[in-house]
Amino acid sequence: MMSVLAVEVPYWGQSLLRVLGGIVAVLLPAGTIVYVFLFKMMSFMQSRLGPMEAGPYGSLQLVAEVGKWLQKEDIIPERADARIFKMAPVVVLVSTFLLIAVVPFGPDAWFTNFEVGIFYALAVSSLSVLGILMAGWASANKYSLLGGLRAAGQLIAYELPMVLAVIGVVIQAGTMNLQQIVVAQNSGSIFGFDGLGNPYILTQFVGFVVFMIAIQAELTQAPFDMPIAESELVSGYMTEYSGFRFLIFFIGEFATAGVFSLLTSVLFLGGWGVPFAWFGWSDVDSVANWMNVAGPIIMITKMMLIAFIIMWVRFSSPRFREDQLQRFAWKVLIPVSLGNIALTSIFKVVM
Amino acid sequence: MFAAELLVAQNIGFAVIALAMIVGALRVVTTNNVVHAALWLVVVLSGAAAQYVLLAAEFVAITQVLVYIGAVMVLFLFGTMLTRARIGTERDLNNTYWRLGIPVAGVLFAAMAIALASSFGDEQLPKEPRVIGVQEISDQIFGPYLLPFWALSFVLLAAIIGAIVLARKD
Repeated sequence: MMSVLAVEVPYWGQSLLRVLGGIVAVLLPAGTIVYVFLFKMMSFMQSRLGPMEAGPYGSLQLVAEVGKWLQKEDIIPERADARIFKMAPVVVLVSTFLLIAVVPFGPDAWFTNFEVGIFYALAVSSLSVLGILMAGWASANKYSLLGGLRAAGQLIAYELPMVLAVIGVVIQAGTMNLQQIVVAQNSGSIFGFDGLGNPYILTQFVGFVVFMIAIQAELTQAPFDMPIAESELVSGYMTEYSGFRFLIFFIGEFATAGVFSLLTSVLFLGGWGVPFAWFGWSDVDSVANWMNVAGPIIMITKMMLIAFIIMWVRFSSPRFREDQLQRFAWKVLIPVSLGNIALTSIFKVVM
Repeated sequence: MFAAELLVAQNIGFAVIALAMIVGALRVVTTNNVVHAALWLVVVLSGAAAQYVLLAAEFVAITQVLVYIGAVMVLFLFGTMLTRARIGTERDLNNTYWRLGIPVAGVLFAAMAIALASSFGDEQLPKEPRVIGVQEISDQIFGPYLLPFWALSFVLLAAIIGAIVLARKD
């Protein structure tokens, strides 16, 4: 039985708390990313102010947008396959919610402590492809179908380098449990120096770069936004969606960006922890309780950092052509990440 | 006492999932739309993954999702959508010899039932279900089962080379 602020919580209460926490951990980053990066940062990069009217400094713009979408008519094309058309956005959003379940936010602040956490995350993140294909097909629109097919081809091509980049981290940490990966980074040392721990962005830099490129493609953000290229495909598989169904796709896009940023910070930036040598901790049990409060704050900070890089690249890069995109994945990223795995395993055995 | 309660819940879970899988499997062969058939197959395969979870085989369950739903089914859908995927019902989807499938399915079921019964017999699941760790699985694969593992890798490599040969234009 777990106790929260000296109150004993039964199992069903814990489960309820964890579900609520998961919803907050998905929706809060999504809203923050949309406001800070999509509304404000993009405007500043383009020498304009962005939304300024709704609330102080436009901070309530998001509420206005959601309100606008919610009151729009729910349009389903006449010749569309209505049932699958309605199901598709939900499948995409569900894959995001499944993803957050394994992300740890503190020594005791986790949703599930799963032995093969990162493997699970990679598996459920591939579910969103199904939703995108369903949306593209069920819309009965040639642009949508093309967008769906492009998205599927791209997501399959970039899932492979993503998995291969993670394998380097798993070899170095010696575990697939995300909590243990955090502990391994913070209690580690680089050539005997433990003042920084061993965040894998330093010792797995190649893996980090490959992973960042791969999640950029998985999130279909520019320069990998071929599937929703508005100048060729209107907006790909989302063309026929409007109102709250479009809103679900929109939330799904930025919530997934947030969750992938959280995963990146767990895998490469040391997650919720601070280097354990600072406070003389040795393992996860000896970590002080206040880390359960500080951990989420550290995680959100790192998430904003990674999301900033993703959005920065998005707003400043032109789009890849379809053949360049595939060639880049299969001929550059996969060989590089395979080489990274070979090098990592040699170092792991030798040292 | 706790273990007995757990098994009751497990049996109910098994029944619910198995029912969903049977309905899904029937719909795969009876539906009049290729894409609907593929999506019902997704239901069946995720049911299989859920059964693995009930057996405390987490790693196998996740592999099932990653390989079958994340890759195989996406390729299925991709292929059907590229070629013939019309919205609405299609006629003449059924093969004219579909009745031949019934005895074949019966024979397959009998063969699997005999194989399972003869290899496990009266053996029962352990009273205290234990999650098998990844390390134990990898010790098995890279220990006693190394030769089959290599053979499988060889077959897959041959398949990849075959695909490249078929796809090359010159």
